[in-house]
Amino acid sequence: MKQTTLTGFWQESPRSGVLGWLLSTDHKRIGIMYLGCIITMFLVAVCLGLAIRLELIAPGPTIMGPQTYNATFTVHGVIMIFLFIIPSIPAAFGNLLLPIQIGARDVSFPRLNLLSWYFYISGALLAVIAIFSGGGAPDTGWTFYVPFSTQTTTNVNLAAFAAFMLGFSSILTGINFVTTIHRLRAQGMHWGRLPLFVWTLYATAWIQVLATPMLGITLVLVMLERIFGAGLFDAARGGDPILFQHLFWIYSHPAVYIMILPGMGVISEIIPTFSRKPLFGYWAMALSSLAIAFAGSLVWAHHMYASGMSDMAILIFSFLTFIVAIPSAIKIFNWISTLYKGSIQLAPPMLHALAFIFNFAIGGLGGLALGAAAADVHLHDTTFVVGHFHYTMFGGTGFAFFAALHYWLPKFTGRMYNHKIAMIAWALLFAGFNVTYMSMQAVGIQGMPRRYYDYIPDFQPLNMVATVGSWILAVGLILMFANLWRGCRSGRPVGQNPWGAATLEWQVPSPPPLENFGAEDPVVTKGPYEYQGVVADEY
Amino acid sequence: MSIEHRDDTGARFGMWLFLYTEVILFSGLFILYAVALSKFPQDYAVASHKLNVWFGGANTLVLLTSSLTIALAVSAIQMGRKKQCLTLCWVTIGLAIVFLINKFFEWSAEISHGIYPGSEQLAAMGPGVTSFFNLYYFTAGLHGLHVLIGASLIAVVAVMTAQDKVTPERYTLLENSALYWHLFDLVWIFLFPLYYLIL
Repeated sequence: MKQTTLTGFWQESPRSGVLGWLLSTDHKRIGIMYLGCIITMFLVAVCLGLAIRLELIAPGPTIMGPQTYNATFTVHGVIMIFLFIIPSIPAAFGNLLLPIQIGARDVSFPRLNLLSWYFYISGALLAVIAIFSGGGAPDTGWTFYVPFSTQTTTNVNLAAFAAFMLGFSSILTGINFVTTIHRLRAQGMHWGRLPLFVWTLYATAWIQVLATPMLGITLVLVMLERIFGAGLFDAARGGDPILFQHLFWIYSHPAVYIMILPGMGVISEIIPTFSRKPLFGYWAMALSSLAIAFAGSLVWAHHMYASGMSDMAILIFSFLTFIVAIPSAIKIFNWISTLYKGSIQLAPPMLHALAFIFNFAIGGLGGLALGAAAADVHLHDTTFVVGHFHYTMFGGTGFAFFAALHYWLPKFTGRMYNHKIAMIAWALLFAGFNVTYMSMQAVGIQGMPRRYYDYIPDFQPLNMVATVGSWILAVGLILMFANLWRGCRSGRPVGQNPWGAATLEWQVPSPPPLENFGAEDPVVTKGPYEYQGVVADEY
Repeated sequence: MSIEHRDDTGARFGMWLFLYTEVILFSGLFILYAVALSKFPQDYAVASHKLNVWFGGANTLVLLTSSLTIALAVSAIQMGRKKQCLTLCWVTIGLAIVFLINKFFEWSAEISHGIYPGSEQLAAMGPGVTSFFNLYYFTAGLHGLHVLIGASLIAVVAVMTAQDKVTPERYTLLENSALYWHLFDLVWIFLFPLYYLIL
């Protein structure tokens, strides 16, 4: 990065060289370090995902054995969930943007922020070591379900400990963000003027603080069970395996809102900017984030309809699951109302945002099909579930992450990528994504079980279509990242506000300087989506 | 950093959030306890009577006293009595060590009777008793670990107080460490009756 002339926080640092990064407490440098690691882990897990798809192109063994296949989908899931999606937008873009958007010079606890990055990177290293050491790569699936996870000889201990560390990193980030939003808003930045991205980060941070410790204790208990043979989840020794699933999902269901809410925040920033209209229903949007966070904490057992529960419990959890759809639908309708009669510019970030709405609507409706107990008994543990999850997490959060990259990278590098290539890459991604996961959902409805190594020939056509779709997706990803990388290094320089957006980060230089604002603290006098008099810089 | 960032309220706010995450961490174990108790009420009563209430009672007194001393230490630094504050910090750490030594003897006695997670003798006592002692060891063990962390934290802050890095104007670090200490006193106040007394 050094040979190009990146200015601002890229150059200003109390220490020079690599230590200026590794010991930096500047939120932007920490954000960039997160971003680099997260994209690296994403690409690793994408390769594993492509390998899974390639294996499933035809029945029987294709490129790997069954044990390798089990390890591949486990590691794909662990990396994608704990190392990519959970930290993707909150840790990378949250760190980069949260302080600037509320007019602060840094987060409340800058050193804690750096510590949480070290927890993240240690967790990432442990996860990688777990693949290559001990009894082999973990083969439990990312959910670590007992009793298999307490009996398998593979390296579950280290993988679970890695997830524990990553959870700790997530908790520290959450504490930091909640405190920052409460304490460090600039003068005039009252709650009604917070950008929606900040609102969603706020809701996310609360879930991180409230739910993640439950995952911590659950994983510790799995490790203790493996090391000391305690049997807290073993029915023969007075334990209860179903209880593991409850404890696991008490965290892991709210965790899907950790994954999706910041993505929704990104979309809420991008849609008004490229529609040249204030966001429709500001308070409905802000409060629906909190409503999703709250209601989403009460629905965990909808993962367990087939595990053994009373019908009454199934009914209640099914009802609560439907409740979550209401605030989610409020968001979708408000984005569409914002677009209505807007002056829409189809710039690359906007294309990704529109793809998000399309994909997430499909994923969300699939979620209702799964949340209904009757349909779930049929669809449970089929590839429909996998397809649904990827529609919300990849089609949703993934595309929001790409939208954020296209929207904010010019801000933090001061350079613009090639728009035409970005649009071609977007088209490939959008097409490849839908071909892959729509086929997966369809073959799931036909009855193909998830996580199976082999299948009957009837399922082959759709599996082959899905695998071909994954190749289109891969080409799109390569093109997109290559284009962004070239843009960061040698793109045309941009001014401070290339998109004509009204939030605070666009009123500081690109890239922003150390401590974001000059000698004077900013004073906020208008809302985040008031576009009168805001003009986009030419580039 | 060119500009002094200081926000004592923010630091306290963050600490309370962190304490909340610790409560959730322990709540997982309390849920397991509640479920197992409703499943094996009689076995739990039998197992509970195998614990020595005098060890637990003594440790309760020790922890309560240590909470008093650390609270007094915070008041002392607020009033500028550095020497008194330091003494109180070291007394707190001393009480933490007494707690852990007491725990060591208690556990040694139980382990010598063959009661520990994964032991054959324990398994022979049936699933209810096994589950009681598994939970007892892990909950009290996790609590003990936190006592160790809390005592180390107070030791670090005491050294910083001696070096005048914690002062009557700037004592949030000591206050937060004290909050952490009180929380694990509080957790013990729940553990003690649940495992030693009520059954």
